Amino acid sequence: MSKVYPPDAKWYEMARGGIIPQAGNAAEYSVGGWRNEHPVRDDECCIDCLFCWVYCPDEAVRVKDESVKYQGFSPDHCKGCHICAHVCPKDCITMVPGPDFQPDEPGQSEEE
Amino acid sequence: MSEVAEVRGNRVALEGNEAVAEAMRQINPDVVAAYPITPSTEIVQTFAQFVADGEVDTNFVAVESEHSAMSACLAAAVAGGRVMNATSANGLALMWEILYIVSSLRQPVILTVVNRALSGNINIHCDHSDTMGARDAGWVQLYAEDVQEAYDNLIQAVCIGENMDVRLPVMSCLDGFILSHSYELLTVEPDEEVQEFVGPYKPDNPMLDIENPKTFGPLDLYDYYFEHKRSQMEAYPAAKQAIIDEGKRFGEAFGREYGLLEEFMLDDAEFAVVAMGSTCGMIRDVVEDLREKGVKAGMLKLRAFRPFPAEEVAAALDGCGAIAVLDRAASFGAHAGPLYAEVTSALYSYGKQIPVNNYIYGLGGREILPDHLQQVYGDLQQLADAGQPAEPVSFLGLRE
Ligand code: SF4
Ligand code: SF4
Repeated sequence: MSKVYPPDAKWYEMARGGIIPQAGNAAEYSVGGWRNEHPVRDDECCIDCLFCWVYCPDEAVRVKDESVKYQGFSPDHCKGCHICAHVCPKDCITMVPGPDFQPDEPGQSEEE
Repeated sequence: MSEVAEVRGNRVALEGNEAVAEAMRQINPDVVAAYPITPSTEIVQTFAQFVADGEVDTNFVAVESEHSAMSACLAAAVAGGRVMNATSANGLALMWEILYIVSSLRQPVILTVVNRALSGNINIHCDHSDTMGARDAGWVQLYAEDVQEAYDNLIQAVCIGENMDVRLPVMSCLDGFILSHSYELLTVEPDEEVQEFVGPYKPDNPMLDIENPKTFGPLDLYDYYFEHKRSQMEAYPAAKQAIIDEGKRFGEAFGREYGLLEEFMLDDAEFAVVAMGSTCGMIRDVVEDLREKGVKAGMLKLRAFRPFPAEEVAAALDGCGAIAVLDRAASFGAHAGPLYAEVTSALYSYGKQIPVNNYIYGLGGREILPDHLQQVYGDLQQLADAGQPAEPVSFLGLRE
């Protein structure tokens, strides 16, 4: 899906009434800038119970083939809210100061 | 209102509320979601009977509060329907949150407001504190002088709000009890002609267009909100034009023409009074009386308060020696009444240096009498001599 309104869209270029002429586009809206801490998961400890995936309010916990292990987090959507760390039954997730996910941190996949 | 050019339509005696309900019946909206409140109750009650009797196709939604009423109206409008409602005072206040959302989403919901004093203390009688408080909510506001105009305004309100360059909600206001519960002989136009004047509803991006899904009312932060508000501001000059155009078209169709404002003996007037609503009728009498005595009195009646016709007001008052603005509402903490603030700001903005008095009157239904208005015009001679008001605000009919 394309972004309807780029960040430099002028007021007269937008649809009336603040509507977005497109549905289901929250995935395109980056809220990553709100984060001042980020989650780091110990993949060895993780039992793939998917609690973090279910509870994350922003679908920022990536999942593949019903597994979150080695999948990392979405830097555009994670707000650093602590919920995943809080619900993890094995305490595998640690909140680390700073907004930026580091590629060498455990729990981060290479791919974006 | 303008003179009735010819007797046509159906001449009947109706209360203001009945006349409004009659216009709603003729407009036959898709949805009415309402909650009753004095003095507007009768509008919705009468209309509910039309629904029960099958005289309209309207989906009538009985809700549990005015907040819900306006929420349901918003939802029905976003879905793609023509939506109407009526309320007063505290009912309007309870709608407050949703008023802003309706105008921001650019939905032409049409709301009759029967003007009544806001609590507290509890008072059911007329003043303009309810709609004056809502003046920044983004709704077009029309004020009626008499029952005929209340009926006529509601029909035009539909066309003004639904104009494709406008798409704004409209409040059609009439003075509580003074108009809502007074019988007046008026012309009710034939159903087919009203329907033809109003035309079928043209939805704009209706939510029920499920082939083209859209996002309505999303989170809108520092990155887009400002642009959206700027774009909303663009609708008000368009609304001004639509009020003029529809007023003309109404005149052509039914013989009663309307505009943003009406000048009464203002051309050569030395002393002008600016007012809104039913009081304008009495001012006309007083002006005629003063003219007979050789006083160059005139009146400027404001029909549209939002959008405020600043340029037109300044032009209409140009050449007057002294002006009085009558406010039927207090603006607590402001230096004067809300209409005064708008009128003086318009004069200042367009370079007119004319002294202006402000009178607050009629709060909570306090009577205003011709003697009060004689006093207002009398004061204007002194004001013209003095060049500026001794005190900006005085009160009419107050024990002091
Ligand atoms: S910190 Fe919050 S937003 Fe980020 S992944 Fe965990 S639950 Fe989701
Ligand atoms: S909640 Fe903890 S254990 Fe469960 S999948 Fe997430 S990180 Fe793994």
